[in-house]
Amino acid sequence: MEAIYAFCVGILTTCGFFLVLRGRTFTVVIGLTMLSYAVNLFLFASGRLKVDGAAVLGQSAEYSDPLPQALVLTAIVIGFAMTAFVVILAMRSRADQGDDHVDGQAPSSNSESNAADKRNG
Amino acid sequence: MNLLWIVLLPLIGTLIPLFTERFGRNICTFSVAILPAWSLILVLMHVGEIFDGQDLRQTIEWIPAMGLDLSFRLDGLSLLFLLLILGIGLLVILYARYYLSDNDSMGKFYSYLILFMSAMVGIVISNNMIQLWMFWELTSISSFLLISFWSHKSDARKGARMALTVTGTGGLALLGGLLLIGNIVGSYDLDTVLASGDMIREHAAYPVALILVLLGAFTKSAQFPFHFWLPHAMSAPTPVSAYLHSATMVKAGIFLLCRFYPALAGTDLWFMIVSITGLITLLLGAYIALFKHDLKGLLAYSTISHLGLITLLLGLNSDMAAVAAVFHIINHATFKASLFMAAGIIDHETGSRDMRKLHGLAKFMPYTATLAIVAALSMAGVPLLNGFLSKEMFFAETLDQSMLGSLSWMIPLLATVGAAFSVAYSLRFIHDVFFNGEPIDLPKTPHEPPRYMKVPVEVLVALCLAVGIFPAYLVGDLLHSAAFSVLSHDVPMHSLSIWHGFNIPLFMSFLAMAGGLIIYYNRRHLFEFQSHFDEPDAKYIFESITQSIVRFSQRIMDTFENGSLQRYIFLLMLFTLVMSALPLFDLTQNVGSRTQIPLDGIAITAAVLMILSAIATVIWHRRRFLALIFLSVVGLIVSLVFAKFSAPDLALTQLSVEIVTIILLLLALFFLPQSTQKESSHRRLSIDLIVSALIGCVIGTICFAMLTMPLETISDFFLANSKTGGGGTNVVNVILVDFRGFDTLGEITVLGIAALGIFKLIAKMRISIPTRDDKGRAWSNDPHPMMLGMVSQSLLPLALLVSVYIFLRGHNVPGGGFIAGLITSVAIIQQYIAHGVLWIKPRIHINYQWLIAGGILIATMTGLGSWIFDRPFLSTWFDHFHLPWIGEFELASAMLFDLGVYLTVVGAVMLILANLGKLTTSERFEVKENN
Repeated sequence: MEAIYAFCVGILTTCGFFLVLRGRTFTVVIGLTMLSYAVNLFLFASGRLKVDGAAVLGQSAEYSDPLPQALVLTAIVIGFAMTAFVVILAMRSRADQGDDHVDGQAPSSNSESNAADKRNG
Repeated sequence: MNLLWIVLLPLIGTLIPLFTERFGRNICTFSVAILPAWSLILVLMHVGEIFDGQDLRQTIEWIPAMGLDLSFRLDGLSLLFLLLILGIGLLVILYARYYLSDNDSMGKFYSYLILFMSAMVGIVISNNMIQLWMFWELTSISSFLLISFWSHKSDARKGARMALTVTGTGGLALLGGLLLIGNIVGSYDLDTVLASGDMIREHAAYPVALILVLLGAFTKSAQFPFHFWLPHAMSAPTPVSAYLHSATMVKAGIFLLCRFYPALAGTDLWFMIVSITGLITLLLGAYIALFKHDLKGLLAYSTISHLGLITLLLGLNSDMAAVAAVFHIINHATFKASLFMAAGIIDHETGSRDMRKLHGLAKFMPYTATLAIVAALSMAGVPLLNGFLSKEMFFAETLDQSMLGSLSWMIPLLATVGAAFSVAYSLRFIHDVFFNGEPIDLPKTPHEPPRYMKVPVEVLVALCLAVGIFPAYLVGDLLHSAAFSVLSHDVPMHSLSIWHGFNIPLFMSFLAMAGGLIIYYNRRHLFEFQSHFDEPDAKYIFESITQSIVRFSQRIMDTFENGSLQRYIFLLMLFTLVMSALPLFDLTQNVGSRTQIPLDGIAITAAVLMILSAIATVIWHRRRFLALIFLSVVGLIVSLVFAKFSAPDLALTQLSVEIVTIILLLLALFFLPQSTQKESSHRRLSIDLIVSALIGCVIGTICFAMLTMPLETISDFFLANSKTGGGGTNVVNVILVDFRGFDTLGEITVLGIAALGIFKLIAKMRISIPTRDDKGRAWSNDPHPMMLGMVSQSLLPLALLVSVYIFLRGHNVPGGGFIAGLITSVAIIQQYIAHGVLWIKPRIHINYQWLIAGGILIATMTGLGSWIFDRPFLSTWFDHFHLPWIGEFELASAMLFDLGVYLTVVGAVMLILANLGKLTTSERFEVKENN
């Protein structure tokens, strides 16, 4: 079970990062959301996996680690606030700049490939 | 007595001039002088004890855990400097009263001046190295403000910037040095540091620490090659020059050398660096001073030269030399401050400082001329004046050293040459300005200054004379106790008297005076000789170096910061990849000893579904709606994962957040393009994919390694104390509202701020409403479906009931404020979806901003409430009650806190979504009307 859990976290991270690297705001927001799933699962994993051991006293013999759970719980809510902020920012950027590229406006195709070459070169 | 007050009084005094400025110049001056004078009286009250060899200490604990205390000391050296700083400071306050014109803001000037004074006082009475350094930096900053006081002048701004850059850089070096010393000794306490001189000197890091500290001292005291800032700082008002550049700021570096003398001096390295730097500075300053036509320029270079002299003395590693150095600190401060003040008077009354124009002023201002001449003679080292005494001691010391081996005889020779130039420029100051014909083209007709403007000069000149004639009687004790604190052992026998018989130092003095006369007499030839050299202007060199550094940094900035977010993220990712992958090479085994949970069919199905959805999101990311749907699948499975692995609270939270997020993204998508065109090149796509995949592999590996390794957790404490201390059995909730309640408070505050930020962003948004979807079909204008409306309306009370239930039980079983808040929000949003914003508007009157504010307020008040019962912030109170019919129930203050969380969450979520929703409808409405 642990292996498949870790594999899922890896896949989510990969997908999240790939999407964050795209040039359009909405895709970046989706990427960030995906990444926050990965991060939350990763943090949660620091308490190890345990089946049927909810950290409610008196309900099971052994409890799962409640601390990462508490941290992840607030992380989920804050994550929502941040996603909301970014998405509204994206809308505002689109409204003010007339374009939904992450840099405010899309670089022309020529300079785009240049920038890509420069970046990768 | 409180040593703290010595520095605190002037510091408070910084504010006074700002309030008293409006009551006129005299009252302002008087009020400014009160606190420093008081502080001076406090110091004087302890003179007796200090002279008896009783040093004072005072320590106030600040952060004891980090070894940070407010710690003060008053010993002989501190006393000497305090007298100079506060005494000359008071004279400068009086002098500035007459110097400043009506156009200058007196309050601002005094405020800066007193700030500087407090900083200097702080330096000399600090008994902690970090504290000392803090005051040191404060002098750099306040002197920057003072030098640039006439900020409309370009010279003043440039000079101030140069001074700040040089002394500020030195300050950084000094911090490094002090930290190193602190590290070697294991304490930042000066007493400890000064007592462990041997330990420091034997440590391998000693050379580095020494050089860093010396850099700090030399930049501050304008030693070669950092001397260039001082002449440019002369664009400051003259009271500033008289104060900062004669008696105090430049002496701070000297003070530092004296203060750390017991800890750092005595080695060959100290000897080489300090004495040779001092010697070069002494000669260079004295030579250049002669050629300066600007009165203050001459004095500035002379100051550099005299500072070099003191440094040289301190560098000689001999006890007597240290005594001579301390003595010269006193003497130089008195004659140089009075000379600067005299130069200021001349500037003030004639409108010029150019010695090619100023001649024959003795006729116009005989009284001032007399004062200035006496001070200048003291600077030249003429007998019966204090300058003579310390110069004699200096000559005696240069004879008694073997610094350059068999070439050591050169030192007394060079010292005599330096002294000869010092005589020559002093002569020039006297002869050119007060005699030598008639004034040429002066802007004003010279006359004597106002009566009280001369008082400070009189006091200082009287001191020069008095110390010169009765040295032992006047400064003997002061010098002895100051030298004692520098040496930290017994002071060698020395006699402060005018006449030591015919000896070599006396002969050297006569030689210097004769030489000075000859140099001055033949000055025309020298000037002619000097004119063959291009005088390098430090300002241009400094500017060009600064510019090239700026250009260099700019180039680096441009390389990394080209305005492309994608590039930044890519670089960040690469960095993350490298930093997280490197430690993995050392991890030989990534499967830990923990027993793994066996796989089951459901888990595999869920995992496959999640992976496929994630990949599908990526593949179809250009079709945004589709991507969003796949994303929501991933989110739902995440909440199932939480449910499976014993985290019911998380599952509930994730589920409700998931709904809210997807609704939010759907709303946002309405305003954004429905699809993304292809724009990344294949090369870019593949590189991005490779790097992302690598990061994914690294993170997955770490995750797997972590999962299979045994758990060491601090949670046992929470599990053990949850019921007894927090009064709840749901440990996750108790952690949120009690153990880590402070975190939660911070987090709901962030949530509230984010929501308010979004509110602000939406309020000014002018976004166009798309009338068609991406396929060109018009948006439907159908009314809201009746079935949905009816069902959701009848569901609302039920949903609210559920959320209340979840809220109430949260402390003991899964639930709580976060989850209840999210459920309530979802229930309300359901109404918005079913009926539309316009239908809701007249029906729900909740101000979401107030809800957020109220929530945070309740949570904070709950926390503060524990203070009333003398408990730490956010302690939980709980008890069990019994009511007929209902039975036993529990009341806990954590519930109130959770209520705050609940309200904030509802407020934030609704503020975001309702406002975003409103944006669609109201504007659409407007558009309709316009049509």
